[in-house]
Amino acid sequence: MTVEDLRELAEKEQARQAEYEHRILYCSSAGCVSSGCDAVKNELKKAIGELGLSKKCEMIGTGCLGLCGEGPLVFVHSDPTLYQHVDATVARRIVEEHIGQGKKVKENEIDLNDPFFASQKKIVLENMGKINAESIEEYIAADGYEALAKALTEMVPEEVISEIRKAGLRGRGGAGYPTGLKWDIVRKGVADQKYIVCNADEGDPGAFMDRSVLEGDPHRVLEGMAIAGYAVGANQGFIYVRAEYPLAIDRLKTAIKQAERFGLLGNGIFESHFNFRIDIRIGAGAFVCGEETALLRSVMGRRGRPKVRPPYPSEKGLWDKPTVINNVETYANVAPILRNGSGWFAAIGTQKSPGTKVFAIAGNVKRPGLIEVPMGIALRKIVFDIGGGTPEGTTFKAAQAGGPSGGCIPTEHLDIPVDYESLQTVGAMMGSGGMIVIDNTSNMVEVAKYFSEFCMDESCGKCIPCRVGTKHIYMMLDKIVKGEATENDFELLKELCVMVKETSLCGLGQSAPNGVLSTVRFFKDEYLSKLKKSSEGNTHLNESSSVPVVKEA
Amino acid sequence: MSVITFTIDGEQYSAKEGDTILQVARDNKIPIPTLCYLEGLSTFGACRLCVVEIEGSQKLFPACTTKPTESMIVHTNTVKLKKYRKMIVELLASEGNHQCAVCVVNGHCELQDLAYEVELDHVRFPYLFPKKSLDATHKDFVIDRNRCVLCTRCVRVCHEVEAAHVWDIAGRGIDCEIIADLNQPWGTSPSCTSCGKCVRVCPTGALFDKGAAVGEMQKESGFIKFIVNARNKHEWVRTAHEEE
Repeated sequence: MTVEDLRELAEKEQARQAEYEHRILYCSSAGCVSSGCDAVKNELKKAIGELGLSKKCEMIGTGCLGLCGEGPLVFVHSDPTLYQHVDATVARRIVEEHIGQGKKVKENEIDLNDPFFASQKKIVLENMGKINAESIEEYIAADGYEALAKALTEMVPEEVISEIRKAGLRGRGGAGYPTGLKWDIVRKGVADQKYIVCNADEGDPGAFMDRSVLEGDPHRVLEGMAIAGYAVGANQGFIYVRAEYPLAIDRLKTAIKQAERFGLLGNGIFESHFNFRIDIRIGAGAFVCGEETALLRSVMGRRGRPKVRPPYPSEKGLWDKPTVINNVETYANVAPILRNGSGWFAAIGTQKSPGTKVFAIAGNVKRPGLIEVPMGIALRKIVFDIGGGTPEGTTFKAAQAGGPSGGCIPTEHLDIPVDYESLQTVGAMMGSGGMIVIDNTSNMVEVAKYFSEFCMDESCGKCIPCRVGTKHIYMMLDKIVKGEATENDFELLKELCVMVKETSLCGLGQSAPNGVLSTVRFFKDEYLSKLKKSSEGNTHLNESSSVPVVKEA
Repeated sequence: MSVITFTIDGEQYSAKEGDTILQVARDNKIPIPTLCYLEGLSTFGACRLCVVEIEGSQKLFPACTTKPTESMIVHTNTVKLKKYRKMIVELLASEGNHQCAVCVVNGHCELQDLAYEVELDHVRFPYLFPKKSLDATHKDFVIDRNRCVLCTRCVRVCHEVEAAHVWDIAGRGIDCEIIADLNQPWGTSPSCTSCGKCVRVCPTGALFDKGAAVGEMQKESGFIKFIVNARNKHEWVRTAHEEE
């Protein structure tokens, strides 16, 4: 394939789409699949056939349409209308009334001017609700593989990296390490073989950003990885995706096959000397394999256990070769940056955290779903404008950002800008983009207990602070919840949390106590109200008083 | 080869390129407690006892894997580090079933030494009393998982030195356990060469020689029958039962 071939394909596909007066897109992501979009799809198909509209109207499955709580969702593209809670009856009405007679089905229509849509800025999710998730032609028609073509035919690897650096793209997996810098280290590494790895082992409870991207727009990730491969001099990529995402795995497999067939992966891409292939590795259900060193070991077929860094994967990764490892969303940002230029990207978001961030909003919120917002947006806007606030009769209490490793942000910090640095100041973190909204019906000690149980179960057991520490943290929280703990226990809990945070080997252990520490910081009263009164004088355990406390009878 | 000069606890030391902070400290008799580290094996960096503070960084670094850089200032024995080390040993004590009084290595156990070193006089965390198994199927050795601290010295020595790779870890988190081959009785392990290296490197009494434990001596009274029979009947024959 040449660049001309690519453009010709794009035009052909655009012309094909233009033949249809209407395009009906139903959401085919896992959320809508589970709420019954298959029945909707069948009814749409049947109705289009029966009414003889198949020349006029095309029906396709697309990526996540965002409002996951209101599914199944159907989007009529030509006359932009989004329908919620679509079942077979509504599906038939959409075809009969909207397509057939030009009358919208008012009962199920969602207002597209709602702040849910207006406050968003779509880069990573730009193709959701636009293209068929399983068609490479449609991806190409939406400027797909244009960026790869540009990189291979017009740019040298150094220029690609310099564009990414100028754009200021930072790792979307949570830590926010500058992507260009990482690529540059790998490019400069001297080795006969280098690797590109995509971390799709999204494991935070309530997070589904990466899954949605892989399900809705898999080619975008492949393109980003291929560009990374070209930039650093790697010819092999691996996508490590968790086994719990069967639909994402299916779509990825389809996408890789299509890209290979079109010559967009494989040897001599765009008639250059660049070869690149991508293989899928499926995770076996360990949260810790989302940690990069554990993930790499798992890719190599070893036990998924983190190891001490340095050396970093960019120096010694897979089979001790320089390896780029980035998150799904990071790769998904690469193609738009090359297409639109680093200046365009750097102008979005904040100076230190440019671009957008995808969040999965879940929990006690009216409109749970998948959103993409510019960095630096106020947390309040995410929770109230986009998420619609907490359900009727309840009040907002906290937003839990960053998964089990993150922290709870209370009402008084609602105006905090959502970017890497700001979130850290309140003991939370960006994480991969899970955001759980908590209302006043939840008890924060129990929230902390839930997350600490998760961390305990997912500890790999390698280092002592995490292996034994998370167990004791969980047991102490359980004791507090049951009302059996004393102030001594509470003091010891805090001491233990700080120790586990500071001494653990990998990110899992280092962040496991965050849930406790942030709730202790902002919701101390909820802890204190559950404590038993201990006898006077025994309230503090410190270095000098390491003598067993004897309770008075 | 370039030489790096850096500071440990206020004194200047020089290191060869590639040396770790721990190696330099050991060479200069600066005590840094370790458990999973063993000279000659690969570094594992898991016990976290050797963590040190480095000026200019908020993080703590394991001395066993961290290499000094020029003018680095290292602290090995601050109040915070002492507190954390003590807590780590405390966590270990609560994790296993460590009963020194009836243990084969009582008095020469690295975990016991560590407890003395960090002045562990009591354990504030509840003992977990895990139900761990003991495997005495091997003809020469025993593994008692109740005393295991999961330092993986046995796993590493078997893989790296003996090249048999009998040992591995199963389970995760608090349920981690050392297993032989694919979790089968040690005595039936086809890969074990019975070299005993794992037993020598184990810091606790988890791996030990058979015949060394309290209560392991077995009395054999069958010989009396043999002697009496021989004397009375002049039949110098052992029965199958007596030969056992």
